[in-house]
Amino acid sequence: MTESPLLEVRDLEKHYPVRSGLLRRVTGHVEAVDGVSFDVREGETVGLVGESGCGKSTTATTLLGLEEPTGGEVRFDGEPVAELAGDDRDRFRRRAQIVFQDPNSAFDPRLTVGESVAEPLAIHGLDDAERRREIVVDTLERVGLSEADADRYPRAFSGGQKQRIALARALVLDPDLLVVDEPVSALDVSVQAEILSLLEDLQTDLGLAMVLVSHDLGVVRQVCDRVCVMYLGELVERGPAEALFDDPRHPYTEALLSAIPEPDPAASADAVELTGDVPDPSDPPAGCSFHPRCHCVIPPEQFDLDPGAFRSVFDLRLAVSGGDVDPDAFEDTATVREAFGVPDELGDDDAERILTEAAEAVAAGRVDAASDRLDAFESVCEREGPRLEPVADGSNGDRDGTGDGTRRAACLRVGDRVDR
Amino acid sequence: MADPLLAVRDLRVRFETDEGVVHAVDGVDFDVDVGETVCLVGESGSGKTVACESITRLLPDSTAIDGEIRFDGTDLTDCSASTLQSHRGGRIGHVFQNPQDALDPVYTVGEQVVEAIRIHRDVPKAAAREQAVGLLDRVGIGEPEARFDDYPHQFSGGMKQRVVVAMALAPDPDLLIADEPTTALDVTIQRQVLNLLADLQAERGMAVLFVTHDLGVVAEVADRVVVMYAGRVMESAGVDALFDDPAHPYTRALLACLPGRGDPFETIGGSIPDPTDPPDGCRFHPRCPHAVADCERGDHPALRSPAASSGGGRAGTNDGDGTDELDHEVACLLYDDEHALPPELAGVDTEVADD
Repeated sequence: MTESPLLEVRDLEKHYPVRSGLLRRVTGHVEAVDGVSFDVREGETVGLVGESGCGKSTTATTLLGLEEPTGGEVRFDGEPVAELAGDDRDRFRRRAQIVFQDPNSAFDPRLTVGESVAEPLAIHGLDDAERRREIVVDTLERVGLSEADADRYPRAFSGGQKQRIALARALVLDPDLLVVDEPVSALDVSVQAEILSLLEDLQTDLGLAMVLVSHDLGVVRQVCDRVCVMYLGELVERGPAEALFDDPRHPYTEALLSAIPEPDPAASADAVELTGDVPDPSDPPAGCSFHPRCHCVIPPEQFDLDPGAFRSVFDLRLAVSGGDVDPDAFEDTATVREAFGVPDELGDDDAERILTEAAEAVAAGRVDAASDRLDAFESVCEREGPRLEPVADGSNGDRDGTGDGTRRAACLRVGDRVDR
Repeated sequence: MADPLLAVRDLRVRFETDEGVVHAVDGVDFDVDVGETVCLVGESGSGKTVACESITRLLPDSTAIDGEIRFDGTDLTDCSASTLQSHRGGRIGHVFQNPQDALDPVYTVGEQVVEAIRIHRDVPKAAAREQAVGLLDRVGIGEPEARFDDYPHQFSGGMKQRVVVAMALAPDPDLLIADEPTTALDVTIQRQVLNLLADLQAERGMAVLFVTHDLGVVAEVADRVVVMYAGRVMESAGVDALFDDPAHPYTRALLACLPGRGDPFETIGGSIPDPTDPPDGCRFHPRCPHAVADCERGDHPALRSPAASSGGGRAGTNDGDGTDELDHEVACLLYDDEHALPPELAGVDTEVADD
């Protein structure tokens, strides 16, 4: 693994301005992508996964230069993409292709499939129509269609076939890098399997490097060599696919994996349920951006609490300090505890005493006083933003030395400081 | 044995289109018992949504619906408009795939829940408001009083689906039809909505007819499963029997496509038939790896028990409880007495045999 990667993404940022008011002044920023780094080597598939709004698609379009990055650098074959101009830029545009999610809106309905697939060739200067046709037919056959299909219109094809045509259009220029954005999420499960196996074949035959963007961890597991998990514009975990799926190190990865319904009725249903939605990206939480939903948020050192109990106390703290508690909503401490799922006994005397005082204050409608008491439960996760650090783990650790194959996770539990 | 809550018999639904008559549902039978969850599974175009929407006739007026849909003793295909009206959204609630389309953007979510309550029961506005707040609270909307006056666009996708669930529950239905209720949501939010539905069902003893293409969801929620393909039922079984001992070649192929089961790149091959011109014989025969000459002729095979086959290979499979065996039905000629069951189908294992 000495050769340099085909694609290097370093601290990539894409911020969108938020405008409001009559004069459309910029009043804030949505940090859609906020410091993402990863590499893609030749012939390798890297998956970008995460929930809607985590910035995975923006990462994909920004790294191809379809959108101007706000910061960071993308290098393709060693060259910074932002500085490419003229012929070099055209060459990059030819060598890096993208396929979008919905094949139904990917084609001009008035062009035949052959015309659509030939368009990139014409744009990149192949003027010989006969030669174009030859290449188009060749490419269509490669994705499992026939010459006759070239003269039909997109409406004559099913969703799976259209996705094949979209692949053909991306492959017709013989690229080195293919970015596929949710290639199968609009398709039925049986058709999904066909497209995924086609992608796998194409990659083996053509030695393509691929970036696969998907919210479906099953799909990612099937095709990817390495995986990057995104949350609110940042990478929270990165590593070889098998290791990451077998032993997720970031609580978010763990929650995502356990949320997938398993096609086995006998499977146990003790899944981690994440509370709440993804926070507003224009106002991300301080510290670790996952702390409002994390099931393993770290309790202050002086308390000895199990994660579930601390999570419930922490929910109460966030609700009180965030002004989300109605002073008149609760009758007594029991209803407060019940509303936030706090167990009857916390199992730590100090914590229990502080919580009881806070719950009494909430029940009495003195939310500010409760908020002061609950400050004792401030978690380190609220203050410190974790960095993506190597996972210290003997078994599957540093196979690639210090290279990009190392597993990394952005969680304070993973770093050296808080490893208890 | 009590009558099922919902009994669908020989349901046929036809649409006239420019390309010809589409037989979206073409002779479908299934039951839903009180308190039970039945999953209708199939790919796009299998007719699962049309079958559901014909129950409360949510289809265009021009649609031809034949057959019998018996709900708690009333035949819904042959009843007065007012009876139908009182069932639709009353005793039978609906939750749809996309909560974005199910809510009216110009009314507050509270008003919409109140409307769902007052349309079926004569409740004063103030009392309805109180009930609506209670429902919003029950489906997990934080601070329901405050959010009552918010508009749908102020809610996330998962929260909107919770509101839609609250509306469906408002008249306290006996049957909830949930058509791909989590397909438009992220996995973590899907998990929340599935857990909510399970809790509500246990609390209210409501039956659920759950439509989905996701077999992972099926394994989790279903008591019984009805597998549809091209407008017909292919197999119907208890959820354990279906996953442990799938009988129909289509069910087996569908299961084999799942990530983490069988060959990761197993595909069915071919595509679903043209709905205006379905093949003769078994609808699945053009794609079936086990098809024999008889599969191409006559009508679609009738449902029969897979255990009744003459192939003695299945005798040892009946180690679960016997009721599953009785409920298990498959529409495949290979399970009748005249055809030899291929060894791949006779085995207990779901894995495709290695040569």
